[in-house]
Amino acid sequence: MEFEAVIGLEVHVHMDTKTKMFCSCKIEYDAPPNTNVCPVCMALPGSLPVINKRAVEYGIRTSLALNCNINLTSIMARKHYFYPDLPKGYQISQYEKPLAEHGFVLLENKKVRIRRLHLEEDAGKNNHYENSSLVDLNRAGTPLMEIVTEPDINSSEEAKEFLEKLRAIVRYAGVSKADMEKGQLRCDVNVSLRPKGSKELGTRVEVKNVNSFKFVQKAIEYEIERQKAILLEGKSVEQETRGFDPQSGKTFVMRTKEEAEDYRYFKDPDLLPLILSEELLKNIKDNMPELPDERIERFMRDYGLSRYEASVLTNFKELGDFFQEATEYTKEYKALSNWLLNDVLGFMNENQIEEIPITPEHLAKLVELIKKDVISTKIAKEVIKDMLISKKDPDIIIEEKGLKQISNEDEIKAVVISVLEKFPQERERLKNGEEKLIGFLVGEVMKLTKGKANPKLVNKLIRECL
Amino acid sequence: MLYKESASKLLEEKVKPSEILEAFLRRKEELEPKIRAYVTDIYEKAYDSAKALDSQTPKGKLFGIPIAIKDNINIEGYTTTCSSKMLQNYVSVYDATVIRKLKQEGAIIVGKTNMDEFAMGSSTEYSAFFQTKNPWNLDFVPGGSSGGSAASVGANMVPLALGSDTGGSIRQPASFCGVIGLKPTYGRVSRYGLVAFASSLDQIGPFGRYTKDVALLLEVISGHDPKDSTSANVEVPAFSKNLKPRTELKVGIPKEFMSYKIDKEVEESFKNFVKFLEDNKATVKEISLPHIEYAIPVYYIIAPAEASSNLARFDGVRYGYRTKDFKDIFELYAKTRDEGFGPEVKRRIMLGTYVLSSGYYEAYYGKALAVKNLIKKEFLDALKDVDVIISPTSPTPPFRFGEKLNDPISMYLSDIFTVSVNLAELPAISIPSGFTKNGLPIGVQIIGRAFDEQTLLDLSYAWELNYPHYDYISNV
Ligand SMILES: [Zn+2]
Repeated sequence: MEFEAVIGLEVHVHMDTKTKMFCSCKIEYDAPPNTNVCPVCMALPGSLPVINKRAVEYGIRTSLALNCNINLTSIMARKHYFYPDLPKGYQISQYEKPLAEHGFVLLENKKVRIRRLHLEEDAGKNNHYENSSLVDLNRAGTPLMEIVTEPDINSSEEAKEFLEKLRAIVRYAGVSKADMEKGQLRCDVNVSLRPKGSKELGTRVEVKNVNSFKFVQKAIEYEIERQKAILLEGKSVEQETRGFDPQSGKTFVMRTKEEAEDYRYFKDPDLLPLILSEELLKNIKDNMPELPDERIERFMRDYGLSRYEASVLTNFKELGDFFQEATEYTKEYKALSNWLLNDVLGFMNENQIEEIPITPEHLAKLVELIKKDVISTKIAKEVIKDMLISKKDPDIIIEEKGLKQISNEDEIKAVVISVLEKFPQERERLKNGEEKLIGFLVGEVMKLTKGKANPKLVNKLIRECL
Repeated sequence: MLYKESASKLLEEKVKPSEILEAFLRRKEELEPKIRAYVTDIYEKAYDSAKALDSQTPKGKLFGIPIAIKDNINIEGYTTTCSSKMLQNYVSVYDATVIRKLKQEGAIIVGKTNMDEFAMGSSTEYSAFFQTKNPWNLDFVPGGSSGGSAASVGANMVPLALGSDTGGSIRQPASFCGVIGLKPTYGRVSRYGLVAFASSLDQIGPFGRYTKDVALLLEVISGHDPKDSTSANVEVPAFSKNLKPRTELKVGIPKEFMSYKIDKEVEESFKNFVKFLEDNKATVKEISLPHIEYAIPVYYIIAPAEASSNLARFDGVRYGYRTKDFKDIFELYAKTRDEGFGPEVKRRIMLGTYVLSSGYYEAYYGKALAVKNLIKKEFLDALKDVDVIISPTSPTPPFRFGEKLNDPISMYLSDIFTVSVNLAELPAISIPSGFTKNGLPIGVQIIGRAFDEQTLLDLSYAWELNYPHYDYISNV
């Protein structure tokens, strides 16, 4: 029997606000333990939460970017469970009335519907040692958005594509850096299988807290295989919550259905309903930053890039921003994109570098130097390698290494003549129409000029001097 | 004797702060060993502070006036115990908003007062530490949960005190101790720094023996606070300056209230108050609040539900009591909470946890919220027609220690006239209306329109000019 995987994602995204969701403590990712805390986020008796308006705005921006309907009234609710990193004994979240619902994200070949987006706060961190555990509440109260998809995803590749797109969207919307390494984007994965063609949903297994795109893919692949094996044996899949072990690449049981927690959600009486005005929504709409799909279209339209190029430049926002800035220094858009996507990105991938090591202005200058025949493409390859390591201005590299193209006819002519004298036979054969020998002779001239001779001039002069 | 005077008069006459404090300190030294109103007594330190104020030019509305604070309100540097083993050694690191305001106006805090554990109770018998006695008869309870604050004012150990009221916890002990107690409109006073019992019902409010003092204290603690999202952004009237005797009002008496079993002497005292109103140009009429009979069950769903959530933070991880031996985190939680909380608190946490459980939520909590809104609406409709609604504060005079301890329901019924006011989010005041023939105080409750505390104070003022209850001094 053939099976189809039905996958839904719950993605938690840290919002990039300066302060926490319900107090004015700073958000820092590497501060010493328990230094960004106050009575509110430590849940001292008598303290009260006050909602961070900027976080609400970011939630709205994201909702708009995900094509959601925004609820003008939404309710903050308490979700109860006991855990040392959860100081109040409940998390403030949204339950019955979330901030936004019914959106979608367009993938290459599919539309993934968004069920809801709601606001909540993050918990702290438990650090475990040999004989003790210590709680760090710096992260407690960090503003989060939880984005829940409908079960519209059918493979691990699609899940990855969705997450990449979502990451790009929140980055473009300017609401999160969505860095998985820093836990700014975390994912719960719901996987079920059903016979191909069936409309009914199978029993759902939730894999909690998967922390990288790669692990999401692996967890899904593992779950599909595990569930398939169970179903093929004629048994049924248990509804349960599982964890993912990155070391083994396997999922494992965390909680069975019977052990499922009752969170006892109810409206938080410390916070009034979140009521949004049409005016505020309009204001946010009018000031929305450019979103990924818009950028792809614009790059294709304005710079003549292919959809593939535009997509890569969009998905890696920093690369796209770099490109955008570089267009202010050159009109050679296509060449710019080529150099960026091949040489710069290639170098970064090879050396596992996150940040682009050169400036947009320098790359644009390199492209212009080629265009103006100051250096050949071949020399340029050498120059960019240097640039990526030394971060120097290409002009300086060319100057220092004496790589400037020789376009002085007399200078080149002297070399041409010496080469022709050195290879009289080849000279004759070319004269007699054996055209392929021009390449050989040009090559010899280039050798002697260390590649700096203007190839067009060399060609011309060889023919003249025959 | 200075301790008999009103704070307003002491301020007016510019009595030296140290003289004022000394008078109350002496009175405290005499009575506190019998009454035991204070969990934390800082009179000596307060005296030093008063001394320091003597040489200063008076500034602030409560300059040099002693005040007692219920022990569920945070004061930086002092314990906030909530009369619970759970917080016995918990020292606050910040001031509640009301405390900040009191300090700004020059008030001097003399101590933290005893209460029912986490404000759950109506007799202060549920304090984990000790009983507080009624200042009129030591065999009787002072009421609760703000029993310490009410008793301290009732015994003239302090002219003013703060309490908190979730279902009657200011008004009922005020009536039991023969003082004035006012529960402000929900949102009038910031809850920031008040240890939450039931967040949607809790309000901090003043105790005093003179209406003018109560008005002054209310004026000081009221106002919008950005730290409390539920605090209302409405103007605070100059309650004390505006104060004028006023009885020419339309007054409603809910017939449903009068159908409850009410103690004879309480009923007589209430009728006497009604007669005073009628004799002084008030129009008194019967009104109906049909759903008010559900107030007690609704309250005992909503308040425990919120309490079960609010008290989840007392887990032994970060502060407060922690059990000695535990094998894992879950045993740490279970034993800490089992050993740290008293029986009434546990009863309410269990009740609250139950009514919020999935499968029961709609039948209990959801339904209770719906009835709460109905009750609120009935009050608001009634108050379109009348200016105030009156009732006895409690159906009985103070009861004896132990009398209701084994019967939670009869204890809960002690608040039968007061809880509906919290559900309706309205202001209400309890004023002394008389004494039983055994010399125990009785109070009447006046309920007003939202944010119209002024009318309650004006009527209270008119009453005390007719019946100067503050002239009675407890002598135990
Ligand atoms: Zn904080």
